[in-house]
Amino acid sequence: MGKLSTVLCGIGLDNPVIPASGTFGYGYEFAELYDINILGAFSCKGTTLEPRFGNPLPRIAETPAGMLNAIGLQNPGADRVLSEELPRLRQLYRKKILANIGGFSVEEYAECARRMEADELVGWLEINISCPNVHGGGMSFGTDPAQAAAVTRAVKAVTRKPVIMKLSPNVTDIVPIALACQEAGADGLSLINTLQGMRFDLRARRPLIANTFGGLSGPALLPLALRMVYQVTRAADIPVVGMGGVSSAEDVLEMLLAGACAVEVGAANLTDPLACKRIIDDLPGVLEKYGFSSVEEVREAAKHG
Amino acid sequence: MNEGLYVIRENRPLTRDMILLRLEGDTSGLTNPGQFVNIRVPEKFLRRPISVCDWREGELTLVYRVVGSGTAALRDMRPGAELDLLTGLGNGYNLGKAGPAPILLGGGSGIPPLLGLCRRLLALGAKPRVLLGYRTAADAYLAGDFEALGAEVHIASDDGSLGLRGRVTDLMENLEYSFFYACGPEPMYRSIARAAKTPGQYSFEARMGCGFGACMGCSCETLAGTKRICRDGPVMESGEIKWES
Repeated sequence: MGKLSTVLCGIGLDNPVIPASGTFGYGYEFAELYDINILGAFSCKGTTLEPRFGNPLPRIAETPAGMLNAIGLQNPGADRVLSEELPRLRQLYRKKILANIGGFSVEEYAECARRMEADELVGWLEINISCPNVHGGGMSFGTDPAQAAAVTRAVKAVTRKPVIMKLSPNVTDIVPIALACQEAGADGLSLINTLQGMRFDLRARRPLIANTFGGLSGPALLPLALRMVYQVTRAADIPVVGMGGVSSAEDVLEMLLAGACAVEVGAANLTDPLACKRIIDDLPGVLEKYGFSSVEEVREAAKHG
Repeated sequence: MNEGLYVIRENRPLTRDMILLRLEGDTSGLTNPGQFVNIRVPEKFLRRPISVCDWREGELTLVYRVVGSGTAALRDMRPGAELDLLTGLGNGYNLGKAGPAPILLGGGSGIPPLLGLCRRLLALGAKPRVLLGYRTAADAYLAGDFEALGAEVHIASDDGSLGLRGRVTDLMENLEYSFFYACGPEPMYRSIARAAKTPGQYSFEARMGCGFGACMGCSCETLAGTKRICRDGPVMESGEIKWES
């Protein structure tokens, strides 16, 4: 095991850094700047069974220490992701991806998962039951324990690959949702997705985001995400991928201490396309600075903390 | 796409809200006029996308409009300070489509990228004519720079205080041309679409998350499918645009 290596649901990672879905496209843009094989893994753009254009513009607004987005799961649909995007990605990426999957019904989640899991590039399925930007799907499955469990069971029934349920912070208590997913057979959890928010255009006197609300991401989210990862890892036994506002190696260390086994980096990729590379480069020095010899040692410390 | 640090050599107003920013640094990422850069500005999370006015090896010129607190922070930066830029973003204009006598249509804050385009068209032996629209004479900028390149310049202003009283499209009326290149507000594009006698290219702007194609924040539907304005644009062909009625 290398100094930075970790394990996610039984699959080894060279390091805990994973670009988060929707902030890394299918990887090509970033591959212009660095070899994306240095990543621990990456979570590709959320895929739905059918193609989606997403929401009207503007979809983006700036916030203090972060941003709002309301993309609305734009993607070319599972079949074109499998026939066009993943073959292209395979030309420049040798590791496994988390296939991030969105949906509007239990059946749709399961069918999309069934198609995506067949691709050899897919190491894990990350099931997005927490998108705040689509109506009649997404987050509505992630805010109710029974529905979260129903999606988990349906996806588990169609795959032998690890299933990671991606949870929403837009709930009163995230722990019952996490436990419902675990009891329904989830192999892991990832959290948090974006926090629902809004901003106004003062000149136009109306919301800045055409869809009215958007999901807040960026450094503003880090303390909230750490708190939720901490709560969930103390209540659940399955591995947790921590995310929310991570933009430095120090932030990664905090996430690991909160109990995460790996860390997704989201909005930071959009403002600094080299963010993941910088974090991976900085991680050994930051571990050393705080007296750790390895990522594994931080995870051990977290268990006893 | 390149990422790097650039030193501010000049950052001065051309009019009350248009600022010229001259930067020193690596310009090897730029391939076409009409591309843009994405600038990290102090105290802001998102970068600010700004079109490239012109460039030569080691030097980059931007002309931007102060529209909010981000561009105001940029305006307040002094020569000698460093800026973190992503450069070479977007497709830019296609010079190969110009033909012998293209027209360049610029409105308001959309004029800057046409300067780099004009210089390159002239170098290729084309005879571009430049049609510029301003609100008033006090808002005029860069017109002399086009003339200095040797291009023929026609001007219109909303109040008639400079050139023809009217719009850029009024300047098109009696001209014959081989192609058009446009940069300006979308209402101007709708007028051009009605008036144009040839195909052309339009450059679009949008609120962007990343500026390099990752976030899908600036996607639009075209007759050629879904496109990201930042990555597949900002320049689009006249024949592929879905005009909203």
